[in-house]
Amino acid sequence: MSLLSVTDLAIHFGGVKAVDGVSFDVQAGEVFTIVGPNGAGKSTIFNLISRFYQPTHGKIVFDGEDITATPAHHIAELGIARTFQNIELFDHSTVLQNLLVGAHTKRKATWVEDVLHLPRTRSNEREARRAVEEIIDFLDLAAYRDKMIAGLPYGVRKVVEIARALACEPRLILLDEPASGLSVEETNDMAFWIEDMKKDLGLTVLMVEHDMSLVSAVSDRVLAVVEGKPLALGTSAEVQSDPRVIEAYLGTAA
Amino acid sequence: MRVHFKRSYDEDIRLFEDWRRMAKYAVLLAIMIALPALVSGYFLGEVTLVLIYCIAGMGLMVLAGHTGQISLGHAAFMAIGAFSNLWFMDQGMPFLIALPLSAIFTGVVGAIVALPILRLSGIYLAIATLALSIIVEDIAIIAEPYTGGVVGVFAPPIEFFGTMVDRYGTPNLFYWMCLALVVLVTLGYANLLRSATGRSFLAVRDSEVSARALGVNVTRTKALAFGLSCGVTGIAGALYAHFVQVVNYESFLVLLSINLLLLVVIGGLGSIHGAFFGAIVVGLLPQGLSILRDFLQGTVGLDISAYPGLDTMVFAVIIIGMVIYEPLGLYGFYMKVKTQWQLFPLARRDMFRRSKSYLKTERLR
Repeated sequence: MSLLSVTDLAIHFGGVKAVDGVSFDVQAGEVFTIVGPNGAGKSTIFNLISRFYQPTHGKIVFDGEDITATPAHHIAELGIARTFQNIELFDHSTVLQNLLVGAHTKRKATWVEDVLHLPRTRSNEREARRAVEEIIDFLDLAAYRDKMIAGLPYGVRKVVEIARALACEPRLILLDEPASGLSVEETNDMAFWIEDMKKDLGLTVLMVEHDMSLVSAVSDRVLAVVEGKPLALGTSAEVQSDPRVIEAYLGTAA
Repeated sequence: MRVHFKRSYDEDIRLFEDWRRMAKYAVLLAIMIALPALVSGYFLGEVTLVLIYCIAGMGLMVLAGHTGQISLGHAAFMAIGAFSNLWFMDQGMPFLIALPLSAIFTGVVGAIVALPILRLSGIYLAIATLALSIIVEDIAIIAEPYTGGVVGVFAPPIEFFGTMVDRYGTPNLFYWMCLALVVLVTLGYANLLRSATGRSFLAVRDSEVSARALGVNVTRTKALAFGLSCGVTGIAGALYAHFVQVVNYESFLVLLSINLLLLVVIGGLGSIHGAFFGAIVVGLLPQGLSILRDFLQGTVGLDISAYPGLDTMVFAVIIIGMVIYEPLGLYGFYMKVKTQWQLFPLARRDMFRRSKSYLKTERLR
């Protein structure tokens, strides 16, 4: 059974059909990539799955549960975490604090217990710390643990954002352009980490990416989207050689 | 510079980094407890006022500093705290019950008001809360049975198990009571900041979008922050009522709201220390200026009281200077000096240059 299944998804902003009838299934344990030119509606699909946007029509089913009407703040609890195209970290906090917010859904203590620092708050804190330390180890962030985000280089922030998403202990992780703005070396590291997430953590990855070297290196399947409509679905090589995809990117031969 | 080797997660969770830091705060607390023996009654009264400002400042700091929601209407919540406290006491409740009740009442009112108001952000939120402050001024006149109308309400004496606590009769006891409340509120605040709830506040401040994606209920978090903030401010309001002994609508004008906001900005947004630094400045500056005035008149013979508005101008200059040169407030300045001292002679000037922030997703707002 597929982990995430999107059926005939569409969102219209006035007359603009940002996403128009996209359907796909993501199998548990695969790396599924959405590619497409700028403005194709890739990030909008992510925002629909994160429930930031209400689809005009269509259905999103995660692990057998219809999430088309679930509030956005319940999505993480269900097991879907995400990163953002333009890094959305908590700039005035340390890396550690950022990751601990990632573990927010795991807390059990209420705010009253938090203010009084009762035993449940403390045990929450210990558990969150332990989980977060594992992720820090996993993504090699130990050197930055207590550094403020505002002072970190761009490449590290990208990794911290993934780490924060992992702190949710998701089953599905949505990566919105994980390699944008990264150097070749950092992109290679990213490819390894995506592989590790898949193999070591058993995660399913849904990714939007422009860097075709990364896409070909890690993707099991690729979906090409153009102007809100699905164009081609297959392996990375198949999609890249599809004449319609080439046309969409480069235009028709004169 | 000392480096801490941590051996357990608890060492990170606990309030004090090490025994030195704990000792520092213990010494400070001891001095504060011994203060009535060290200073005159007049000065003790001023310090009591500063303590009340500390509580109000911490109330606003939770909201403005840690949740990133500006409020220009916190005098309104001081008023609600003050009037409700006096009303509860008027119904025959002892202060020990009336104070928490009025805090809860103010907090609940705050949370309810927050739900519609916090849909706004930035300057619009500031305007809405400003309006709130003005409305409450009027309500304080109209709701005469509860607030005494234009005349106001006299604060009944506080009684703790047979001991009278009165601002003038027993200033020391009143001071210690305020000090105890400051310590309690500070502890609660520090606990909040080291917990998931506190981090969700920071998350909402820095990026609502990713807070939501991580499972933080943004609306609920904002309402909770507003409610907690108002509850604490209500405590300050109640203490203020007992401090000045009689309160009416004029005790909580918009000017007080603005002073509270200045307090947190001058002190340093986003730190508990900031609320204390700010309270010291806002609470003592007017007195400091009048002492300076007397001093100048006595020594140089310069009579600055001949120039009305000079106090306000000095106050304004300090604030403008603060905003331009030290946006992180007094606490930011303190941290800067401390870091420079610790690294001496290796500190560099551009270490404290503000880092540029990368583009944020605007589309999802």
